[in-house]
This record gives sequence, C-alpha cells and structure tokens, in this order.
Amino acid sequence: MTLSSADLRRMYRTMLLIRRFEEQAVAFFLSGELRGSLHPCIGQEATAVGAVFPLRRDDYLTCTYRGHGQAIAKGLDPKEGMAELLGRRTGCSQGKGGSMHYTDLSVGLLGENAIVGAGAPIAVGAALRAKLDKTGQVAMSVFGDGAINQAALLESLNLAAAWQAPVVFFCENNLYSEMTPISAMIGTTTLAERAAGFGWTTMTVDGYDPIAVYQTTMEAVEHARNGGGPVFIEAMTYRLFGHMVGDTEPYRTKEEVAEWRARDPITAFPQRLIDEFGFTPNEIAEIEAEVAAEMEEISRFALQSPWPDVSEIGEHVFA
Amino acid sequence: MRELTYAKALREALIEEMERDPNILLLGEDIGVYGGVFKVTEGLLARFGPERVIETPISEAGFVSAAVGLAMTGKHPMAELMFMDFAYVAADSIFNQAAKMRYMSGGRAQVPLTIRTQQGGGRGNAAQHSQSLETFFTHIPGLKVVLPSTPYDAKGLLKSALRDPNPVMFIEHKLLYNTKGLVPDGEYTVPLGKADVKRSGTDATVVTWSRTVLHALEAADLAAADGIDVEVIDLRCTVPLDIDTVVESVKKTGRLVVAHEAHRRLGVGAEIAALVQELAFDYLDAPVERVGALDIPTPYSKPLEDEALPDAAKIVQAIKRVTYSET
Repeated sequence: MTLSSADLRRMYRTMLLIRRFEEQAVAFFLSGELRGSLHPCIGQEATAVGAVFPLRRDDYLTCTYRGHGQAIAKGLDPKEGMAELLGRRTGCSQGKGGSMHYTDLSVGLLGENAIVGAGAPIAVGAALRAKLDKTGQVAMSVFGDGAINQAALLESLNLAAAWQAPVVFFCENNLYSEMTPISAMIGTTTLAERAAGFGWTTMTVDGYDPIAVYQTTMEAVEHARNGGGPVFIEAMTYRLFGHMVGDTEPYRTKEEVAEWRARDPITAFPQRLIDEFGFTPNEIAEIEAEVAAEMEEISRFALQSPWPDVSEIGEHVFA
Repeated sequence: MRELTYAKALREALIEEMERDPNILLLGEDIGVYGGVFKVTEGLLARFGPERVIETPISEAGFVSAAVGLAMTGKHPMAELMFMDFAYVAADSIFNQAAKMRYMSGGRAQVPLTIRTQQGGGRGNAAQHSQSLETFFTHIPGLKVVLPSTPYDAKGLLKSALRDPNPVMFIEHKLLYNTKGLVPDGEYTVPLGKADVKRSGTDATVVTWSRTVLHALEAADLAAADGIDVEVIDLRCTVPLDIDTVVESVKKTGRLVVAHEAHRRLGVGAEIAALVQELAFDYLDAPVERVGALDIPTPYSKPLEDEALPDAAKIVQAIKRVTYSET
C-alpha cells in the first residue's frame, strides 16, 4: 500500500486543517463564543487522519467527543462543524448537538458520542447491517483508552466476535482516561490484549506516525471487509492539550508533555515529507497557506451564520 | 374474526410485518429455537432464517445499541428485552442513544427501532422481574410508548410500531399473553397515540392501560351493581398521549380515576391528573384519584404482592371516592 504524493499531501493538509480548526475552536471557547465543553484532539491528528483515510466514503464511523478530527477526515464539512460549535442554524446539527454530537449520514458519520464507549456497539450494529445486506461496507469505532472500561464497549467486543461483524475498533491510547493514568485503571499491560481475549485480531501502532497508522488501519479495514472478522487497533498517542478546555493537568508533568511535543506530528510530518518523500519547502508552505485561507473562510462562515429560530426548538424530536 | 391469545396476536403482527418489509429483523435473547420465553417468536427462526431472527448473548446494552446502529443504517430492528427490568442494563442505549440521536443530529439521523418487552407483577417474580417502568420512557423525550391491553390492540399497535420511523417502546404484560380476544382475519393497524373507550359510562371516568384495563373493566361491572355507570378509557399509549379523549370524557362524567400498575408516586397518573386540572378544572366535581402500586419494591409472597398491586377492588374504592358513594 504505497501512498502517492497526492495522498501524502492530502493527509498533511487534513491534519493541519484539523489542528487549526481545533485551535480556532479553543479560541472561540476562550472568547465566550463557544459554550459547554470542548475536548480538542490537538496532538492526535495523525490518528484522526491515519485511521479514517483508509475508509470508503460509505463506510460507517462512530467516535467520541474528541472526534472533530475524525469527522473532518471522514468528510464532514468543517464550515458546518464550526457553525455547530457556535450554535448556529447552519451547523451540522442545526445548533442542537454542539461539539460532542457531530453526525452526518451522508459521509457515513453515525455520530460522535458524549458517552465514550457508546459508539462501539452502534458501529457493530452498522457492521452487521453491512454484512447482512452484503454491501461490502465496514464500520469503524474510534474511542480513547478510557472507553475500554465501559460495559457497552466490552459487550460489543463479544457481539462483534460472535457475529464476525466487519468492524474495526480504533483505540487512541493517549495514556489518560480523562484525567487519570489508564495504567492505574486496568489489569493488563496493553488494551489490545483484552480484545484478543474476545477473539479479535489485534494490532498496535505508533499513533504519532501517520503513515504507519494509515498502513496498519488499511490492513485492518481490508481484513474486516474481506470477511476476516473484527480487528482491534491500539494506537499509542498523546494529547498535547488538556482533556478539555480548562483542564489544570495535575496528572502529568511538563517534561512528559514536552517529550511528546518534540514529536508533534504537525511539525514532524511535513519535515518527513521533505526529507523522505521529496516535497519542497515551498510545497509545504503552499499547503499551510491553503489551510490558513480555508480556516479564515470557516470562521467567517460560522460567525456570520444566523442563530436557529426558537420556533425550531421542537423539531427533530420525532421523525 | 377469530379468537386469539395476546401472544399469538403479537406473533401474527411480527410475521405479517416481516413479510411486508424485508428490513425488519429481530434481535433478542432466546428468541430463536426457544421462541422467546413467552413464545411470541415461536417458529420465526425456521420461517425467516438466522439473518432475520438473531439470537443474542445476554448483553442488553450491547444488542440494543447494535439495534440502534442497524436502525441508523437502513434496517428496522425489533429488539426484545426478555423482562422490562433488564431495560436498566440497556438504559444508555435507550435513553442516551436511541431517544436523542435524531434531535442531537438536527434531523440527520433516524432511528426506526422497536423495543418489545414485557412487564408487570402478579406472578410472584419479586422485585427484579415484576416492575412496570413506562414512567421512565414517558418522561424522556424521543420515545413512543405503547402498552396494549387486548389481543386486537396488541396486533394492530405492533404493526404500527414496526412502520413508525421512531424508537418505540412496545410494552406487553406477562399476565396478558394467555388472555384471549377477537382479532380480524384481514389486515388492520391501530394508530399510535389514540386512546380507546373500552366501556362508555356517564358517572365516572377510569383512565388506564395494559393489564390494569382488565381490572378497571371488572371494577366497572362491580360499580354498575351499585348503580354507578363507569367509563373506561384504555390509553393504549402514554406517548403520544391522547389527552383529548380523557378530557372529553371528564367533561361528561366530572369525575376521574387514573389506574396503573406502575408505582403511584410520580407515575403517569400524576401527569394525567395535572393535565386534567389544567384543561378541565371547571368540569371536575371531585379530586382526581390515583390508583397505582405501593411505593415499595415488588414483594414475593402472594399476600404481600396482592397488597402492593392495584386490582379491581382498589379501583372500585377509588370510583366510590370520586362519586362520593358509600364505601
């Protein structure tokens, strides 16, 4: 599975767009434009893009409230995403869902979820549908290490194995279950071995290497798509931001954050594109300029979008 | 018309709807070879195959959420919870996922999911297998809630539920499965959200649903012997709630009893009492009476369980209180 220059360009461009999108969201939060809670995926762009790019547009995806990156990689219009964060009528949920509930069936996005393990069994159901109707689709659920201890997720590990559902679970192990080290919350060394106990094929990958994430996930997706059964990927990654805006981070040291920041994929990946794949600094600068222009348009669109009318408040309770 | 049991009427609804719509599939515990603990799905595995009658592990949170995923991607699943009490295990799947998905997505998602289950006491199943929990599903927006009392209604309402694009809690009663009633030979449906006057009368209104309808009809017969003419309204659904039929009746009788097997405290009866005083205060000639289970876990021993649950005698007493008759 060789990635073309165009693929690599698109990967970096999307990763950078996600970083800038999240930074802008944080800025909107701090200026009071964005309400509620915000869980940025800053530092986890390589997994967002590397995990989702192997999916077809019609493959299904569930994720968690740290899912803006995956949603954008799947094809959610970032303008609709930002407008949703600002509670506007033009948002992907018309202002009714906010940061934690991006959903767009037109790109296979079955939803972020504010209950961290809840998307997993929904993805298994979507995968079962694909299997029953022989559509060739797969479903993926992306969640963090903390979700691995929720009952619904554990039940879904068993269901998918029993049904041999074409599903991939992509676990972003960022070492912290919200604000507590995951190592103190489990009795095994890895998370992947728990899935193995349910009969899943398991893989592990460096979540700060977007190319490795892409290749590993592509292998998993094809395995599931070809009837090989469910695959669990544990990607080692790290949040370079707190759990949410306002996190005081007493659970980790500045040194630890600095160590991971030195490997920040948003700076390391473009350097690698130059060093290993023949990109020129000009090409990288061009991508950065494109993303800056797109971000300006995204923010402008969101800020200038109308608020929902209160008359719409009761719509969408029932179909 | 033929006479059918409630269980057989439900089974007919499932067969007819599964034949009509290839996207309908069933998931649940022991629903295949065993045919479900109340035999509602008996023979369906043989008839429709394992891809449409899917036996699940004892894993309510997992398979109800999987049903949400099936529903969001084009299927119309019917997930069966063997006992209503297990709904707590699947609470997140029902309340946070199925009920809210459409709203949270601004209409981009749709969850055509029917959850069939059975509830109620009277059989000595004690506190974790006897509860009546419609109040919870009525309280949380995004779910339709159906509680049929007769074989006719059971079949017609289940067919409507399986054609509805929303999550529907379809709540049966374990002591109704063997009750019999007339069911038409041909196709029919009963709309969701339309109450049914099971007996008309002029002196007092009893609003009720599920198995308590049978107690209320018995109570109406007993009251008739004392010269009190009771109207019995079977609500059939608590969401959508057909309050118009209730108000219309109260305007005629001036007296209202609400009876249900769920706990009295904050039960749906409290909501109906509040709505009626808002909408028909000037028509009421007595305070609204509520009959419901005692606010205790359901006890096991028969004399204790009988005391805890509503029955015809308790409804008669309430009728006499609202009509200021001798008790």
